[in-house]
Parts: sequence; C-alpha cells; structure tokens
Amino acid sequence: MLAVEVSHIVKSFADKVAVDDLSFSVAPGEMFGLIGPNGAGKTTTIRMMMDIIKPDSGEVTIFDAKLGEATKNRLGYLPEERGLYKKLSVIESIIYLASLKGMDRKSVEEKADELLNQTGMLASKNKKIEELSKGMGQIIQFIVTIIHDPQLVILDEPFAGLDPVNTELLKGMFAGLRNRGKAVILSTHQMNQVEELCDRILMIDNGRTVLYGNLSEIKARYRGNSVLLDFKGELGEVPGVTAKRPGKGYTELILDGQTTPQQVLAHLVSRGLAINRFEVATPSLNEIFLKEAGRKS
Amino acid sequence: MNKTLLIFRHEFLNTIKRTGFIVLLLALPVLALLGIGILNITSGIAKPPVEVNKIGYIDEAGGFDQFTTQGNIELVLFDTTEAATQALIKKDIGGYFVIPPDYISEGIIKRYIIQREVTPPDATISAIENFISSNLLAGKVPADTITRIEAPLNLVTITLTSTGEVAPEQGGLTNLIIPGVFGLLLALSLTFSSSYVLQGLGEEKENRLMEILLSSVSTRQLIIGKVLGIGTAGLAQIVVWVITIPLLLNLASSSIGGFISTIQIPSNFLVLGVAYFILGYLLFAVLSAGVAAISTTVREAQGLAAIFTLFAVAPFWFYSLIMLFPNSPVWVVFSIFPFSAPVLVMLRLGMTGVPAWQLAVSIAVLVLSIAGGLLLAAKLLRTYILMYGKRPNWGEIIRNLRSG
Repeated sequence: MLAVEVSHIVKSFADKVAVDDLSFSVAPGEMFGLIGPNGAGKTTTIRMMMDIIKPDSGEVTIFDAKLGEATKNRLGYLPEERGLYKKLSVIESIIYLASLKGMDRKSVEEKADELLNQTGMLASKNKKIEELSKGMGQIIQFIVTIIHDPQLVILDEPFAGLDPVNTELLKGMFAGLRNRGKAVILSTHQMNQVEELCDRILMIDNGRTVLYGNLSEIKARYRGNSVLLDFKGELGEVPGVTAKRPGKGYTELILDGQTTPQQVLAHLVSRGLAINRFEVATPSLNEIFLKEAGRKS
Repeated sequence: MNKTLLIFRHEFLNTIKRTGFIVLLLALPVLALLGIGILNITSGIAKPPVEVNKIGYIDEAGGFDQFTTQGNIELVLFDTTEAATQALIKKDIGGYFVIPPDYISEGIIKRYIIQREVTPPDATISAIENFISSNLLAGKVPADTITRIEAPLNLVTITLTSTGEVAPEQGGLTNLIIPGVFGLLLALSLTFSSSYVLQGLGEEKENRLMEILLSSVSTRQLIIGKVLGIGTAGLAQIVVWVITIPLLLNLASSSIGGFISTIQIPSNFLVLGVAYFILGYLLFAVLSAGVAAISTTVREAQGLAAIFTLFAVAPFWFYSLIMLFPNSPVWVVFSIFPFSAPVLVMLRLGMTGVPAWQLAVSIAVLVLSIAGGLLLAAKLLRTYILMYGKRPNWGEIIRNLRSG
C-alpha cells in the first residue's frame, strides 16, 4: 500500500497555474524529497495533499483512501509558515492541537513528556509560548506534528531558521521516523539537505515535474565526464584527459569521450603518484536543477 | 470528541478567561452594587439631625404668627437678629430668616445659615414658602383652598392602548433606564464578542497557525466551532446581566425605595434582549470572520471591521433625538437595518415600545443578512485565509467572489 499517491493534479489561481499535472507516489518507510525553488508549487502541492485546498482536477489518495477527516488524523504536517498560540503554555498548546488529531488528553500528556524529554525541552513544559526562542518554538511545532504517531509526515522547509544543533536534532528524529516505517516527505529549496536525507525525489519548477525518481540513479545519470583528484607531486600528461581545471584542494580532470575514470586511475597508480583523493565528479542536485530548469525554459 | 466541539470548548474557555470579558461581565453588577451602596451611605449621612429641624424667623412686617409647624420643621419666632444669631451659633436652630417691613411690595426674604450649601434644601424652601403663603391667606380664603394653593395639582398621566384600554406599560423616564443601560451593554458585548472572533482568526492567520489547524480540521468545523464558542461566552455574559438586573432592582428598591421602585422592565424586553444579542452577534461574527480572512494583520482587520461595528454604537450618538421623536421614520428604517437594529430596538423598547410588525421585519432582515454573511464569509475564508502578504484590493476580491 502506498502512503500517498498523487495523480495528475492541477491547481490554478486567478492569474497563474500553480501546479500543472503532477504525479508521484511515496511508500511507507521512505524519505521523499519534494524540491524546487521558491514559488515552484511545493506548498500548493502539499496543501492539496492535506485537503486544505482542492485540486482543479486530478486525485490524491492517502493509504488508498480519499482525503477526509479520517485521513487527516493519519497525517502529520509541519507547515513552512508556522506559529502557535502565544498566550498558551507549551503543554496546553500540544494538548489542544493533538486533540484535533483525535488524541485523548491522557495519551497526549504521556507522549508529550516523552518527546519534550527527548528534545531537551521538558523544563519549558509549562512556559508560555511567547517566552520561548524561535528555535524552541520550532521544536514544539515539530512535536505537535508527530505526537499522534502519523503514518505520513510532511515537512515543509523544516530547517528554515534553525541553528546547527537543532538541525542535527531534527535530522536524527526524521531518520527515526523513517526507520519506524513512516513515510516522510521533505519539501525544501535547500537541495543539499535532500541529498543527505532522501531516498527518492520529485523536482518541480513552475508547477511541473523536472525530475522524478531514485536520487542515486538520477545523480548517476547526470554524472559528468570528469574526475576530481587531490595528489602530491608532478601530474604531467595523462592519456585521455583533455583539460585540467584547478579547484580548491583538488584538480578536475576532464576526460575525452572514450576514456573511463577507472583507466585514468590505473594510469596514475602505475606511475606511482601519491593520491589523497580520487572521485568521479557528480553534479550536485543544485547543478542538476539549474541544468534542467535552463533546458526546459 | 467531535472536532467542532473541541474547537467550541477551546474558544469558549479562552474567551471567558480573557480579562476584558471578566471586566465587562462584572461591570454591571459591581457598578450597580457600588451605586446602591453609595446612595445608602450618603442618604444615611445626610439625614438631618433633629435639632436642625428648627428654623428661626424675625417678623418685621407683622402678622406672621400662625402655621409655625410645617411638616417636620418648626418655625421659631425671635424678636431680634442678635437673639436669632446667638441661637444659630449655639445650634439651637439650623438657620433663620427675616421678613422685612417692605416684604409685601419687594418680596425679598434674607436667610442666614452657618453651614455653607450649594442651594437651600427643598424641604426648607417649601416650609418657608408654605408658612408665608398660609399666613398671607389666613382668614381671606378657606383653609382647604390654602392647602390647594400650596400644592395645586398632582399630575397623573395614563397611557391608553389603541383600543382605549389602560396600557400595561405606562412609559416615563424611569422606563428609559433599564433599556438604556442594557442597550449600552448589548452594544459593548456585541462589539467585544465579534472582535474576539476577528482577533482570534486574525491572530491565527497572522502567526500562521491557520495552516496547522486546517491540516486537522475543515474550514467549516473551524468557523462553526469558533463563532459558536465565542458567541456562547458572550451569551453567558448577557444571561448573567439579565438575571442580575431584576435582583439588583429588588435590592435597590427595598433599600433605597422611591424613584428606583418605580422602574419597570418592559415585559418582552428580556426575551428580545437575548434574541437580538444572538442575531446581532451571529451577523457581526460571520462578517468579522470574512474581514479577518482578507486582512493580513489583526490591526488591519480591526480597522475594516469598524465599518460595521460603528453601527452598533451609533444609536447612542442620537440618543436625545431618539428620545424626542422615538417613532420617526428614520428610526424605523434603522430598526430594520441589520447593523443598527439590535441596539436601536432595545432603546426604542424602553421609550415607546416597538410595533410587532417592525420587530418581525427587523428580525427577518437580520436572519437573511446572517445567511448572506455566512455565504460571503465562507467564500472569503476559502480563498484568502492562507494568503499572506499584501491585502487583496476590492476589485480582486469582487472578481474572485464572482468567479466563485
């Protein structure tokens, strides 16, 4: 059973098409990246998955069920634009928002203690939200997102405004969710985070699919014809290398069409060169995106 | 628990915990009790001691020697001003007056006192007046006529119904008080409660909670739970006032009596008060929700909402005009106009009563406006509640509403 299946959804607003015929699916136990620049249509897509807005056409199913009140209880959503009731205490906020996900008060309190403890926030349990720092508020929002043990968790720009310590804390918790068989959708414009965390991705731009599939396969497809080399000594002429570009701490060797990186490595080893690093140059998601977005437009 | 009910409970509890709500709730009973207390204390202090009930006089004109007992006041004749002044200093008398030889032609009486006062007490004035007129008329007209001249009439006005029977509510100034006070509180309660809806939704939009809420509940559940939760708190406020008004009146009339005990509450007033609160609140609340949807900040929303909440308090600007011409066609129109109807009808009920057809039309118009307002607000919410940034301009909003 798929956690979410989106087929051919379209959504237009007064003057523009925000989402144009998107289809994708996410399986349980998978961390899925929804990526694209600001304004690409990520949040609109998520809002349709959450049944906050309706698509003009197309369909979304969550665990094979149509969207409705019952499916909302199985979803956890951390929106990009977030806030809490400033005058309420941490625990009151958690209890109210979790009760709207169908949890009873007693189980909320137990689970809240556990999660607050895990995130080092237990001491702030009875503080008012307005007394918390921005980063602490974001942790509370993340707790609200996952406290009802959702089967599908959607995180929209979860790292925005977080310091490195809290970013690492959240990354660890996301991995924990995936390991417990939850489907996690991570939507962001920070493509380096996706490279680090996600198994599969959907890259969109102007509401349309740019790339969709397994991350390592996609990257392999875009692997360029060059290697990165860090060495000691004199490099000299290398057969099959058409150009050398110096980089920071490495030299990029551009290969001709016929030579493979393995042949280059064998040649360098046979010459006895001291090699510190030898890496097949793989473009970053960012570079792939720029390339694809440029090509499509 | 049903999610609408959860939101209802959350909003109800949050509203009744607000300081503004508690202050407004207690304002009526506390102010009334304070008023009764102050009246009791001052009237207790102001009770004149027995010896002050003697007023001295010096008769230089002659012939003023009868009728020296006027109610509780005794008039004591002195031969000289020196003797009267001594008695005044010793507090044997509360004051004295001199009837000069030319009194008949000039009409001037000089009164001497020790304790400064703003105006002479009514009892003293009427005692002196009656003493002088009685002595002037003595022997010239019959005693009964003298009494009648001193109190020429006691005007009793009776209001008849259109069929010529005595009307159950007789009107008068005392009838204005309760509807006036209640109308003011109704206006405050209406504007406060609907501003809570505005503030609540506005804050949830401004601090981006809306999206979290809408990922758990539908727009419909959110609005219904919120409007009814806050409205029930407002209604509880009105019910507390409605219950305390008769209790306070009983307390006041038994302890103070007089004027207070003549206050009447129009018979249909309490029922209509509650009905107009519910209708007025629903109208203001749904429109507030719509306004909150299109505004980007709470402050902006409050500015926009003032356009219609002003109508709730507007009847008080024209209070004296309404009192002078309570049945003017202008007020009839504004009793039907949904924004001003709740408060204006309350005020007019106290003054002259409002014909049944006007009540029926005004309630019908309110109900229709609520239905229309609800449709409008729902559309605005669906379209705009998750749009941040610049407020859409009116042309854009109208285009969006038309395209549905």
